[in-house]
Amino acid sequence: MLENIRLSLQGILSHKVRSILTMLGIIIGIAAIIAIVSTIKGTNEQIKNNLIGSGNNAVAVQLYQNDYPYDFSYQDTPDGIQVVSDDIKKQISEFDEIESVSFYRTRTYCDNVYYKKNQFDGAMFGIDSNYFNTAGYQIQKGRGFTSNEYNNSAKVVILDSTAVKSLFSSEDPIGQTIDIGTEPFVVIGIAIESNPFEPVINSEEDYWTYMQSSSGKMFIPSKSWSIAYKYDEPESCLAKAVDTDSMPTVGKKVSDILNTTIQITDNSEDQVKYQSEDILGQAKSLQDLSSSTNTMLIWIASISLLVGGIGVMNIMLVSVTERTREIGLKKALGAKKRRILIQFLTEASVLTSIGGIIGVGIGIGLAQLISKIASVPVSISSISIVVSVIFSMIVGIVFGLIPSVKASNLNPIDALRYE
Amino acid sequence: MLIELNNICKSYYQGKDAVPVLFDISLNVDEGEYLAIMGPSGSGKSTLMNIIGLLDLQTSGLYKFDGQDVGKCTDNQLSVIRNKKIGFVFQNFNLLPRQSIVENVALPLLYAGVKKKERTERAKEMLVRVGLEERMSFKPTQLSGGQKQRVAIARAMVTHPRMLLADEPTGALDTNSGEQVMKLFHELNNEGVTIVMITHEHEIANHASRIVTIRDGRLEQGGFTEKDSKQEDNVL
Ligand SMILES: Nc1ncnc2c1ncn2[C@@H]1O[C@H](COP(=O)(O)OP(=O)(O)OP(=O)(O)O)[C@@H](O)[C@H]1O
Ligand SMILES: [Mg+2]
Repeated sequence: MLENIRLSLQGILSHKVRSILTMLGIIIGIAAIIAIVSTIKGTNEQIKNNLIGSGNNAVAVQLYQNDYPYDFSYQDTPDGIQVVSDDIKKQISEFDEIESVSFYRTRTYCDNVYYKKNQFDGAMFGIDSNYFNTAGYQIQKGRGFTSNEYNNSAKVVILDSTAVKSLFSSEDPIGQTIDIGTEPFVVIGIAIESNPFEPVINSEEDYWTYMQSSSGKMFIPSKSWSIAYKYDEPESCLAKAVDTDSMPTVGKKVSDILNTTIQITDNSEDQVKYQSEDILGQAKSLQDLSSSTNTMLIWIASISLLVGGIGVMNIMLVSVTERTREIGLKKALGAKKRRILIQFLTEASVLTSIGGIIGVGIGIGLAQLISKIASVPVSISSISIVVSVIFSMIVGIVFGLIPSVKASNLNPIDALRYE
Repeated sequence: MLIELNNICKSYYQGKDAVPVLFDISLNVDEGEYLAIMGPSGSGKSTLMNIIGLLDLQTSGLYKFDGQDVGKCTDNQLSVIRNKKIGFVFQNFNLLPRQSIVENVALPLLYAGVKKKERTERAKEMLVRVGLEERMSFKPTQLSGGQKQRVAIARAMVTHPRMLLADEPTGALDTNSGEQVMKLFHELNNEGVTIVMITHEHEIANHASRIVTIRDGRLEQGGFTEKDSKQEDNVL
């Protein structure tokens, strides 16, 4: 076999130009496929990363109505929602898939927060002592809430850096007083995400998909919520899964147990229910969208491979004719049919495999070029490289079959007589 | 008896028309014989030679090679017999141009399943035998006609076959090279190798111990050694 491969290489090298031209279809096809697949994979990874964040694996379970998050900024507390009992909270924290859990209240948009004349229009969170840990925040400046503040409705507030920017210009925010509703709250710290994660934004579309609250976040102790907003609005749950893949399970289990606390008041679609944001599902549907457009490109590349294969068949047929005498001689000297067949099949598949390898090289270059020019991320997988090379080898075997059978069936004497 | 040809006929088909080339040929060749086949161009010498060499099958008649009915053999069995028992020498050498002469000579051993190291060794031995020890690494294109033919003889003999078939082995050679080839043939024949050689040169044919002539597809004279003279009456 090795001998066959060596001889094939020798043959290919002795007809360099012809071999390159023969491989061209395969090279183009494989290069296109590698470039497209790398781009799809890169885009998909980016989508997933953007949605999941930097591997924090936190799942938010909130009240939903008609598949939209129930937003207390605009709506009153719905009927039938009970306070989540400590017992339920304890049960949730004991799930195997959950690393840590926090309960919090939130309004995505506040219109009642001021520092002097400046209005804050970001999101407000009423949090418990687990929140920063679960959501992946750390105190950058000042201090966090003490347990005393958590438990006793203290009028203290922590800002994220965006909120700081939107309210304060040059002065140090620590120790300043801001008004939430009509109550004064003292700024005691600035929190930032522990693994600051910037989604990769390539288009305006991406911006709207990935940037939720660009106006910043403020945190107050959950117990102080009623001071700012009159009522203790229902709590949401933030659960940190042990790994990315268990996020959907965590979402499902937490929603299920929280939903047992709801008194059903309305059997229609309008019933408010706890639900988790299906980040992986969302990522998947975005990925499907980007893949489906590229599937078409892969089909086109496959046609190029088919054309390449036919080119190989054509050249192999020419080669069989050219080497009729050689085949006749080998048969006269005792070569069996099978040996001739294998010789030509090896030659065809070595030819296409080399084409495949060159194609992979060009494809990787092309992918890198695309990522530079179009600033689309690429991710080259070793699997796609291996598959491509094996696939081009198979193209060689399939399209080399007819010429090889033809060669092996030559009558030794007809072959020797051939001029 | 190594070769037994009984009433061999051969026709080529051009479309539906049969073109008869050999008519009713009967010929026996003993182990160790040195036979020359002569005849004018187009008389069917090569056709007969190809049948004897199992490269082609007769249209009718019985051919037994080394006791085996050739007509009943499969393609692969014929390949094995050719590989092990027959060596071929052609007028135009038929060497593979891109491979070294050692590789050329070793080729039949590859088909016999001999390991690479032994192949090379035995090929080199044969090349020494035909007097080409100084040209081992050469390609066929770097050799003269006579040298090429000696490579071809080395290749034919590398599997130690029982029979050497040569179709005009000196046809493309000058007298001197031709004589060298004839000398090799003699040596081989003295070692017991059966030789069947086609030629239309009388001088070359005279090296053989028996000469038969084909004219228009018929065996004209000789054909049998004295021992078989009884059969002669039946056939002719
Ligand atoms: N494949 C073929 N198809 C048809 N006719 C053929 C074929 N091969 C040979 N012949 C015919 O058979 C006859 C004998 O040919 P062959 O090659 O045996 O002659 P030869 O005696 O070897 O001649 P030369 O001395 O010129 O080599 C010729 O008339 C030739 O035309
Ligand atoms: Mg002839």
